[in-house]
Amino acid sequence: MKFSGGVHPAYHKDTAGLQIEAMPLLHRYVVPIAQHLGAPGKVLVAKGDRVARWQPLSEPVGFVSVPVHAPTSGTVKQVAALPHPLGRPMLAVEIESDGEDRPWEGLAPPADWRRLEPAELRRAIQAAGVVGMGGATFPTHVKLSPPAEKKVDLLILNGAECEPYLTADHRVMLEQAAEVMEGLGLMMRVLGVTRACVGIESNKPDALEALRRACPADVAAEFTLLETKYPQGSEKHLIYALSGRRVPPGGLPMDVGCVVQNVGTAVACLEAVRDGLPMTERVATVTGAAINVPHNLRVRVGAPLLDVLAHCGGVTPDVGKVIFGGPMMGIGQFDMDVPLIKGTSGVLCLRDDEAVLFEGGPCIRCGACVDACPMGLVPSAMGLIAERFRFEELGDWHILDCIECGSCAYVCPSRRPLVQHFKRGKAEWRDILEERRAKTDRDAKRAETAATA
Amino acid sequence: MTLESGTGPDGAPTEPATPVAEPITPRDLIVSASPHVHAGQDVPWIMRQVLLALLPGLLAGLWFFGLGALRVLVLAVAGCLACEWACARLVKRPATLRDYSAVLTGVLLAMNLPSGSPWWLVLIGSAVAIGLGKAVYGGLGYNPFNPALVARVFLLISFPVQMTTWVVPQGPGTALDAATGATPLGAIKEAVGLGRTVADAGAPGLRDLLVGNVGGSFGEVSALALLLGGLWLLWRGVIRWQVPVAFMAATALVTGIAHLADPAHYASPLVHLLGGGLMLGAWFMATDMVTSPVTRRGLLIFGAGCGLLTAVIRLWGGYPEGVSFAILLMNAATPLIDRWTRPRVFGEARKLYREADAA
Amino acid sequence: MLVPTVVLSGIGLLAGLGLALAARAFAVETDPRQDRITEALPGANCGGCGFAGCGDFAGAVVRGDAKPDGCPVCDQETRRLVASIVGQTVQDRAPQVALILCQGGDDVAAKKYRYNGLASCASAALLGGGDKACSAGCLGLGDCQRVCAFGAVEMTPSGVARIIPARCTACGLCVAACPKDLIKLVPVEATIHVLCSNHDRGPAAKKACTVACLGCKKCEKSFTGDPRIRVADFLAYIDYEHAPDDPALAALCPTGSLVYRGDAAPAAERTT
Repeated sequence: MKFSGGVHPAYHKDTAGLQIEAMPLLHRYVVPIAQHLGAPGKVLVAKGDRVARWQPLSEPVGFVSVPVHAPTSGTVKQVAALPHPLGRPMLAVEIESDGEDRPWEGLAPPADWRRLEPAELRRAIQAAGVVGMGGATFPTHVKLSPPAEKKVDLLILNGAECEPYLTADHRVMLEQAAEVMEGLGLMMRVLGVTRACVGIESNKPDALEALRRACPADVAAEFTLLETKYPQGSEKHLIYALSGRRVPPGGLPMDVGCVVQNVGTAVACLEAVRDGLPMTERVATVTGAAINVPHNLRVRVGAPLLDVLAHCGGVTPDVGKVIFGGPMMGIGQFDMDVPLIKGTSGVLCLRDDEAVLFEGGPCIRCGACVDACPMGLVPSAMGLIAERFRFEELGDWHILDCIECGSCAYVCPSRRPLVQHFKRGKAEWRDILEERRAKTDRDAKRAETAATA
Repeated sequence: MTLESGTGPDGAPTEPATPVAEPITPRDLIVSASPHVHAGQDVPWIMRQVLLALLPGLLAGLWFFGLGALRVLVLAVAGCLACEWACARLVKRPATLRDYSAVLTGVLLAMNLPSGSPWWLVLIGSAVAIGLGKAVYGGLGYNPFNPALVARVFLLISFPVQMTTWVVPQGPGTALDAATGATPLGAIKEAVGLGRTVADAGAPGLRDLLVGNVGGSFGEVSALALLLGGLWLLWRGVIRWQVPVAFMAATALVTGIAHLADPAHYASPLVHLLGGGLMLGAWFMATDMVTSPVTRRGLLIFGAGCGLLTAVIRLWGGYPEGVSFAILLMNAATPLIDRWTRPRVFGEARKLYREADAA
Repeated sequence: MLVPTVVLSGIGLLAGLGLALAARAFAVETDPRQDRITEALPGANCGGCGFAGCGDFAGAVVRGDAKPDGCPVCDQETRRLVASIVGQTVQDRAPQVALILCQGGDDVAAKKYRYNGLASCASAALLGGGDKACSAGCLGLGDCQRVCAFGAVEMTPSGVARIIPARCTACGLCVAACPKDLIKLVPVEATIHVLCSNHDRGPAAKKACTVACLGCKKCEKSFTGDPRIRVADFLAYIDYEHAPDDPALAALCPTGSLVYRGDAAPAAERTT
């Protein structure tokens, strides 16, 4: 099934043929405590502590929270607010490597997922700090714990990788096909579902073939080659493309009986259980016209950006933008000291002349954004409203359904920074909703006191 | 700066083997919100495409009406550019001459004028188009009505004689003070008005209408050339098919029914499609992005409305031609159409997912 | 001629009658006190009180949803009058003025990246807090200027906002609009100010901006045992309750972040 809207950017998947290469050990790592959506954990180490590889540096506080682990053995140099890919400094543990890469003694023993109960598997996945590796970094054990009233009957494995330039998922599917499929089986066991769909964009038929061949006999998976169109990998659109179900506005995949997991996450879950290893590394694509030697890198979480760039031969002098993630939804970086984290699917270095320059010209109402919006919104009108700071009207235009995929701004001939408008608009609209709620509460309370008096 | 290093045989980190990265001072990097890439089209590109698409119609007009047409064209473009510059100066904003929008307005205005128009008529038209049609609303993007059509209708009402003095096409050598005659639609209207039949009007044949060897505004005469340009725009993805198709279909439908009912008094739909300003209007004026709806459903309604109103004005109205009025009226309805045709948000489906599975 | 005249007049009469009846039938009872309060208020409809204009605020006062001294713009006289209309009394309040606690224009403050996007501080702040290297720097895109109903905010040529005290009514809208929390309401008669909001350690602050407060405590030391200026978290604070009035203090500051703006200051300083 095809969703309406979407765009066809130049895919630039030049690194698709490059084998994943392990990044050598670094002198120093910066491990932010908050690398997931949800409550940041509580720090367990202090300055001067000796830590071993895979040792937890924080412990989860509450259910929607996961720990982070030491990427290598060494000494804690500081626990402080340090540069974070999201832009503002956040609490992080800086580790000076001792070069020994000594493993932690407290690791969980290897286990067979086929013999463990779902609850035990969930615990192992949380303890290993596994988060969604597609970029949203939602804790995986939460996604694998649907409330009883939500009957989940379908697990979707997301191998779409619709962002241009990125090939990390593609390489994982090719090189770790067996682990991906085992991981899928594990997650199916956790959810208690018997049906799984694997969705891969049509520009990666080799990945689909590899997964199909690696699929164990006891994992019942259907394989679908999807139209190559951005944002095919968006949860809602992937679910629709594979099952025809539409997640309602404001709803979650669980509302239509689905759970979506990324291929990298499947491998991380398997390693957490099979080997007892926490998530301390991931595969990231380092690419773009402004990097000298593009790579698909297996990089330890916490590796500083500058070291990663240096390993890839450095950037060219005409570098204009360095982006964490893909070009459509990635976050522009400005501090070379930021670490790569669990959600960093790629480092994209664009030349100065390649990067789009928003000009904010007048909207000429061409409707290209309306055609491009995969959510059925009217970005042109919403942009005009936000431009005039009339944020209270944005609710009527379903601003909260915007997935910030960037399709509208990608096609806008006036180069209007529509996504920035909507990010701001969402924040302002949430504030307005909060205020209204507070006011209703106040009014209700006053009515109550008036009634009793 | 920390250097990347390998692990030596003794397990201790060794010196880096790869060259040190080019040092980047952070303030050199650009930071913006996503997305970081763009499809490439911009406003000047769109305007240039439309100008290119107008070329066949323009050349046909110049061929049939000669120097007079060229004079109108040059005057209109120069007038619009000057007026755009002056308006920008007046409100102390940077002049936006380079986006080609003023050039396009000038070309469209010229094509909507008789080739024998006096110079002052063209200049007044330019001033009205840019000043009253666009600048007073805040410039490109904010005007509710098509600027060239605002000017045309303003001139038609203010100077009806000059605006309906049509030069008879005589090829490239057409003199500046050439003989004048009626447009095909005008001739038919007059004949029917006098109680005679369509056949009595002596209107030119379909071949002449197609090629453009007829009287009329200098850019509207060659249906074939305009159609070619329009199809090219469609192929380039500049315009969407809904407006021209709905426009022509609605006109053909209404005039067709009338023709079938009473062929003696109502011309055939082919005459209506190929004659007058319909091709120019349907492909180039009604498709103006600023003044038409943004959704595809909205464009269908808009186009159909234009076609319907054009047919009604032509068949039963006081003017022989109704394209300009029809488009302006539908321009006014555009905000309303946009409200009606808001797309459904993804997931607002009536179909439950269990049914989708069964299907 | 007569018929159309009569018909038109008739229609006019009928419509007028209808309007009159409608006004009677759908009349909204308003508390007369609300009208009197509205009358007393400045009528600028600036929104500084948090309501949708002076009339809305007056209604809120009558209903008890707003305090009678909730109008930040009007003078003490008016506050007393408003309070007396609803039978309350108000405390006297020292007149205030807004102050922008940053002098970091492009000539003195470093940038950490080239910003490309919307010309609004709140939107720019979404991208790593804005382009200023200083985490508490004025972004210079004028959100405060835009919300000010009194034209009391101007942008200096170097791109930092500045209050024009003569026009400022201390309504507080700019305070709420600044995403970097750089604007504060201070007593009008205060003369000495710390025009910096940066909490970084000295070297980091100095690297980001040459007029940053480094937290060096030179100003604090001259007031041993007296809390009128104190340094906390690498930033000096003035206790405006007992603000010192001494031009010599500003000379102590090595970076110029401590500023004197009293009668003894040069005229150019005072008017800013």
